[in-house]
Amino acid sequence: MPHPLVPVPTPETQPFWDGCNEGVLRINRCRSCGDAYFPPSLICPECSSTDVEFFDASGDATLYSYTIQQKPLALWGNDSPRSVALIKLAEGPMLTSSVINCEQTPEALQLDMPLRATFTSFDEVTVLCFEPAEGNT
Amino acid sequence: MIPPGATAIVGAAESTEIGKVPDMSSVGLAIDAAANAMQDAGVTAADIDGFTCGYFPVADMSRQLGIFPSWADNTVVGGCSWMFQLRNAIAAIHAGYCNTVLIVYGESGRSTRRLGQSGDAGQKGGTGQQFDMFYSGGQAAATFTLPVLRYQHEYGLSDEDLAVGAVSQREWAVDVPRATLREPTSVDEVLDSPMVAWPIRRAMCCLVSDAGGAIIVTSADRARDYPKPPVYVLGTGGALEAGVMSPAGVREPLRPEFIRTSGEAAFSAAEVTHSDIDHLMIYDAFIHTPIFGLEGLGFVDYGEAGHFIAEGHTAPGGKLPMNTSGGGLSYAHTGAYGMLCMLESIRQVRGEAANQVADVDIALCHGWGGYWSACSTLIFGASAP
Repeated sequence: MPHPLVPVPTPETQPFWDGCNEGVLRINRCRSCGDAYFPPSLICPECSSTDVEFFDASGDATLYSYTIQQKPLALWGNDSPRSVALIKLAEGPMLTSSVINCEQTPEALQLDMPLRATFTSFDEVTVLCFEPAEGNT
Repeated sequence: MIPPGATAIVGAAESTEIGKVPDMSSVGLAIDAAANAMQDAGVTAADIDGFTCGYFPVADMSRQLGIFPSWADNTVVGGCSWMFQLRNAIAAIHAGYCNTVLIVYGESGRSTRRLGQSGDAGQKGGTGQQFDMFYSGGQAAATFTLPVLRYQHEYGLSDEDLAVGAVSQREWAVDVPRATLREPTSVDEVLDSPMVAWPIRRAMCCLVSDAGGAIIVTSADRARDYPKPPVYVLGTGGALEAGVMSPAGVREPLRPEFIRTSGEAAFSAAEVTHSDIDHLMIYDAFIHTPIFGLEGLGFVDYGEAGHFIAEGHTAPGGKLPMNTSGGGLSYAHTGAYGMLCMLESIRQVRGEAANQVADVDIALCHGWGGYWSACSTLIFGASAP
């Protein structure tokens, strides 16, 4: 049985998770008002239109705020401190994630630093994370 | 609009024991608190015709108590559920759906891992379980606290100033016999406590406790017939904003609209202003939530509340006594603290608090739920206008 914290997709959110498996940040956009939003839903939270679609977002983002968790979830595979972050996507939505592929310190994690989407695979799931956008191309 | 003072709290009690209660499940704590509240009000189950409980199947709990309600509600929005339920109850009483409502809460947050209660914000396939919890393991200290660093960055609030909130609340708790932590503390001690999720230290996090609580509310005309002085409900507010497991859904995290909406509704209904508030409770799941509450409710401007607390204005002797039981950080915090938060407001208006503030005529209680997904604001008064 999967760990209870392993995300369980629903039919409505499956395209996002398919995107994770393909290495693409796939979120929703309203065809009526153009609003991009997250988490996935059948209705636009901005204008209530149900004429919505998934699209492949740029993956560009900035670091809005974060904590550095001292005892991360064992699923992450090691017990060193790890960031939990509020990420502001270039398209507008804010989401919860982690900044990886850099030191997990206040010095390395600067607010408003540019980030880009990356994907981390575990036995049972591939999840969306972010990494510093500079000097890592 | 329901007139201010149209209803009143006539019974209010906690479970007999709080803190560490290993011989009771959540169910036991709830029933114990309900029995104490009925005794406080001098009533039996036969006098109750409306019922809410939140974390239990409502019919199971009412039947165990021998209550056969004609009106029931089980709104669950996390820690402030019982504040929402009170708001719904006064509307039901005002509408004539029932006369007297018992609102029951119990949570064995520490000893039995919430045995016997329902309600799971992290259910499989829920948005929190899919999109938030994996990153933190669902740890509130690493997720609920996410706005703190941005706040410190935007408004220049140092770790030292942030830590004062925990010191101030401990100053209150020193004189509260039922508080879990009663030893005086210091900014250095708070900052030296183990790091949980930088910049959050353990002493900036709430306790994990066992407790129950219950209140009985009825119409103002009936309220005069009870043994305790009525605590009138002057105004209420409530609002939802983010999803349940992360503040990511709050549209403007440093100026959250849901706090303002809830507070304005309560002040408007109560027909009072900030300067009328003699006593304040703001649910402190973590050290930062009173800061956001003070600002969102309009007691100070955005960016000022961290410094306001650091200057001692909410501590004993300050101009705005806040979290006088010691709060979630020092008194008790079960997981859902809203009922305990309300009960301290009620004790203060009755004049029977352990740490009684002089002349509390009007008290405001503000609570959160589901991390930062919901909030509710209640204004209580010693008299009806």
